[in-house]
Amino acid sequence: MARVSIGLTVNGQAVSAEVEPRVTLADFLRDELGLTGTKLGCEHGVCGACTVLVDGAAVRSCLMLAVQAEGADVLTIEGLSHNGLHPVQEAFWEHHGLQCGFCTPGMVLTAYAFLQERPDPSDEEIREALAGNLCRCTGYQNIVAAVRAAAGKLAAAS
Amino acid sequence: MKPPPFGYTRPRSLDEALATLSTHGPDARPLAGGQSLIPLLNLRLARPSLLVDLAFIPGLADVQAENGTVVLGAMVRQRAVERDALIAQRVPLLAEATRLVGHPPIRNRGTVGGSLAHADPSAEYPAIALALDAELVVRSASGERVVPARDFFVDLFTTALAPGELLTAVRIPVPPPGTGWAIQEIARRHGDFALAGAAVLLRKTGDGTCEHAAIALFGVATRPLRVTAAEHALTGQPLTAESIREAAALAVEAIDEPLSDVHGSAAYRQRMAEVVARRALEEANRRAGT
Ligand SMILES: Cc1cc2nc3c(=O)[nH]c(=O)nc-3n(C[C@H](O)[C@H](O)[C@H](O)COP(=O)(O)OP(=O)(O)OC[C@H]3O[C@@H](n4cnc5c(N)ncnc54)[C@H](O)[C@@H]3O)c2cc1C
Ligand code: FES
Ligand code: FES
Repeated sequence: MARVSIGLTVNGQAVSAEVEPRVTLADFLRDELGLTGTKLGCEHGVCGACTVLVDGAAVRSCLMLAVQAEGADVLTIEGLSHNGLHPVQEAFWEHHGLQCGFCTPGMVLTAYAFLQERPDPSDEEIREALAGNLCRCTGYQNIVAAVRAAAGKLAAAS
Repeated sequence: MKPPPFGYTRPRSLDEALATLSTHGPDARPLAGGQSLIPLLNLRLARPSLLVDLAFIPGLADVQAENGTVVLGAMVRQRAVERDALIAQRVPLLAEATRLVGHPPIRNRGTVGGSLAHADPSAEYPAIALALDAELVVRSASGERVVPARDFFVDLFTTALAPGELLTAVRIPVPPPGTGWAIQEIARRHGDFALAGAAVLLRKTGDGTCEHAAIALFGVATRPLRVTAAEHALTGQPLTAESIREAAALAVEAIDEPLSDVHGSAAYRQRMAEVVARRALEEANRRAGT
């Protein structure tokens, strides 16, 4: 199939490429750009491992084609921190919000987007916000604790 | 790489999109938010030759109020519906239903038109469109037609849309002040598709008599259902615990082709349909003013 040229921004850097239409944004990030922090679990939208931010909103990168990201501003887990860990990442680390780490980039980016909208959420709201992200290891308690702590860190920093 | 190969085009106007669809025939598929279509491609359950991306067409993503009607463009993202002040105020049922559609990252991409055109029997929007007596605006290269929601949802994942036609907007009549509303569903986790759901609108008079009832079920049959027998039974009757229970029982009788799958058997869904219909009627009754 004819390749399509796309131009987008990934983690603050302008990227242009020629892609096959069937390449998902997740595969583009991982295979073309080498940004393998974005994980692929189910590839049909149910696990959340592939979550990235597109124009500031959390989306499933397995359910978006790279060609649909034309002109978009994409943030992956690699772009979240500049000097050391981002406060959300720090909170996951301190509160044991991960074990194997496979779900973590998706969890962190989902939590990051959620906390920008709801800086002071209840536990109930945190659980609802993370309901679309599956973790096979932690049992979620520590992830909820980490997000709660991250909210505190972000509030203290602002 | 999961999906089979396909071409991709990014029309910049509605006319260009419609012309492309009419030239390519049924092998060309519109692409809206991709939250149902891309899973089908990844699973290779759909094999279109060409995807026509609707996201770059100006004017398809507006929410407007026109005398007594709220008009949503087909490409309005579900997340935008959830956040829209006008919708929250005039059609709160739609705002509440939106929070039950998948998860925020799904709603960030998923669109109003995509959900209606996809016609998943367990989806919230088709049932809401039925309960609200919405009208769907359909365009093709040869013109425009308006389809009432009750004629739009034909069967499992099947609508009145013909190849080459696009849904461009949905028109929702704003319910009169005092209308009670509710949506209730049973799902495995928050954001999962409903195993049984009910959307209700109710109006009553000063003495608690039901003036108008609209009851739509979803997740229980091959398409969303308006349960008119139950609506008629309630209308003109006092809204009591008893009459509501009877209406909910009657609603289930409308389920002609019950859904049954690994997530829930037909018997389970039917039992739950009665439960959600009753809960939704009770909640709408509490919210209804006179
Ligand atoms: C994990 C997950 C959970 C979900 N949970 C729910 C849920 O609980 N409830 C629910 O309702 N939905 C749910 N969805 C589906 C979601 O709401 C989709 O966004 C929606 O069904 C399709 O909208 P879309 O814009 O993404 O359309 P697309 O996926 O782009 O398109 C869907 C279909 O409609 C056609 N189409 C799209 N737009 C038009 C148009 N304007 N005119 C004609 N044809 C068109 C396409 O060709 C395609 O066949 C879920 C999805 C996922 C991945
Ligand atoms: S890999 Fe995208 S949601 Fe599971
Ligand atoms: S830490 Fe292993 S899947 Fe979540």
